[in-house]
Amino acid sequence: MSTANTHTMSTATEPVPTGPERRLYWALADCWNVTRRTLTHYRRQPVTIVWQLGFPIVSVLLYGFVFGEAMAVPGDGDYREFLMPGMFASTMAFGFMNTTMAVVTDSTKGVIDRFRSMPMAPSAVASGRGVSDLLVACAELTILAVTAVLIGWEAEGGAPAAVGAFGLLLLLRFSLIWVGVWLGLLVPSAEAAGGLYAVAFPLTMISSIFVAPSLMPSWLGPVAAWNPVSSTVTATRELFGQPVSGGTWIEDNAVLMAVVWPLLITAVFLPLAVRRFQALSR
Amino acid sequence: MSATGYAVRAEGLQKRYAEKKGAKGGPHKLALDGFDLAVRAGTVHGLLGPNGAGKTTAVRALATLLKFDGGRAEVAGIDVRRDPRLVRRRIGLTGQYAALDEVLTGRQNLEMFGRLFHLGGKRARVRAGELLEQFDLVEAADKGVGAYSGGMRRRLDLAASMILAPQVLFLDEPTTGLDPRGRGEVWDAVRALVAGGTTVLLTTQYLDEADRLASHITVIDRGRTIADDTPDGLKNRVGGDRIEVVVARAADLAVAAKVIARVSATEPETDEVALRAHAQVGDRVAALTEVARTLQDEGIAVEDIGLRRPSLDDVFLRLTGHRAELEAAA
Repeated sequence: MSTANTHTMSTATEPVPTGPERRLYWALADCWNVTRRTLTHYRRQPVTIVWQLGFPIVSVLLYGFVFGEAMAVPGDGDYREFLMPGMFASTMAFGFMNTTMAVVTDSTKGVIDRFRSMPMAPSAVASGRGVSDLLVACAELTILAVTAVLIGWEAEGGAPAAVGAFGLLLLLRFSLIWVGVWLGLLVPSAEAAGGLYAVAFPLTMISSIFVAPSLMPSWLGPVAAWNPVSSTVTATRELFGQPVSGGTWIEDNAVLMAVVWPLLITAVFLPLAVRRFQALSR
Repeated sequence: MSATGYAVRAEGLQKRYAEKKGAKGGPHKLALDGFDLAVRAGTVHGLLGPNGAGKTTAVRALATLLKFDGGRAEVAGIDVRRDPRLVRRRIGLTGQYAALDEVLTGRQNLEMFGRLFHLGGKRARVRAGELLEQFDLVEAADKGVGAYSGGMRRRLDLAASMILAPQVLFLDEPTTGLDPRGRGEVWDAVRALVAGGTTVLLTTQYLDEADRLASHITVIDRGRTIADDTPDGLKNRVGGDRIEVVVARAADLAVAAKVIARVSATEPETDEVALRAHAQVGDRVAALTEVARTLQDEGIAVEDIGLRRPSLDDVFLRLTGHRAELEAAA
């Protein structure tokens, strides 16, 4: 029946990828094309990124100056200095909501089904999302760091350690991409996804972002200390040269755990997200 | 199969869903229960059925989005189960929602999908330009899709399905929620595609839509094909013309039905809201004269009286035991 088709349009298609190299090539090319789509969003709506960054920047100013003088820091540190690594990490932690929202919007609008009905690499649906989320995370960290420097913060641990700290922050964000993709495919609507803020908020508050666990009630402190976000926060405080000694194992091994936690989260949620994606065809 | 001129063919398709989510091996429900379909190349084929009959499941299975449990299917001559990737190069899909990026412009949407169809940047750009022209979207091309009307969205959605000029286009309720003007725009676009050689499988809850567009119709109920014919063939199955009376006063409806019953072999149907009674008749003119005279003799005020061909709605009622709109509204 293909001969019956008399389309005179400029569509020639290249041969179907067969070899593993071609598959890899298209997986990367499609990933980049999906990434470009999200980047075009920011180009068309620069306001979105302003909103996305508004929250952490306002938080820095609120917590740093409104509560700043009244907040206690273990040892004799400056609260704003204590706060900045927490703000970096909480921006990364809340980022999973951006992933979730983007995925749930695509899935309810049928965009994911359209992608699945096309001959593109299925992995690009998630990998493209991930790459653009990481690029956005880099932009977020840059702008936050500039804000921090403007109010007098500096990374005292030296450049290599600071690079390491930002690496750990991005690693946390990377692991949460998979949580976001999984949740985005799980929740039925954008409205339902919005309800996740109610869960995300305490999950990030009960951590060492704003207050050191050693200053919390004795039943809450360990919970906060073992929160994966806390390990990233404590590790980056260390690497930025503003260490806060906690005296517990989890706090003394923060840099190690800031690598282990994200790897663990990825190991759990990456397969879950893939399974959820495959379940769309069942 | 392609040699026989069929663009889509399904034989005994089965799709099982566990009644409780995730409970494998437990009690299950058959969404498709031996579904058969044969769509001739270059035609519009309507797939009709009440809500939950399995229309969307069937389309999703044929469009490679859903794995089926039994039977076999070929699209554009390719086995769907064995080679879904190859099928995806030959099909377009327009689902119940316009699957577009709301933030991007119409042109950016088409270019993105074009690149994801592996056209390459330059060809994707050229193709986007062609499609914008073909679907009459040139003026709105560089506006964000968020600002598009319903009809424009659907046309852009159709355009996105046509990037590779697919042999088979699946349209799952393409005009649901559109105003009459938007529906007209989509119909024109579909007719143009078919004139260009595309085969269309159309599901719809609007029977008049199927009547206007489709040259062949398959009726599905409870996951099974229960009828397959041309629109006229289906109407003839229901029987010949019907006589229809609309009365002025609700109290007269029962009398009117009784009068109609005298000229019809079947029990008349009444609609209490529209104050309408109708039934199938054999000798059209004699029946009309008889009913008109009797109603006048009995002093019943008649708003309207006439003969009409059975609609697909009547077909639907006869075949499935329920009316299409009622199901759609439920």
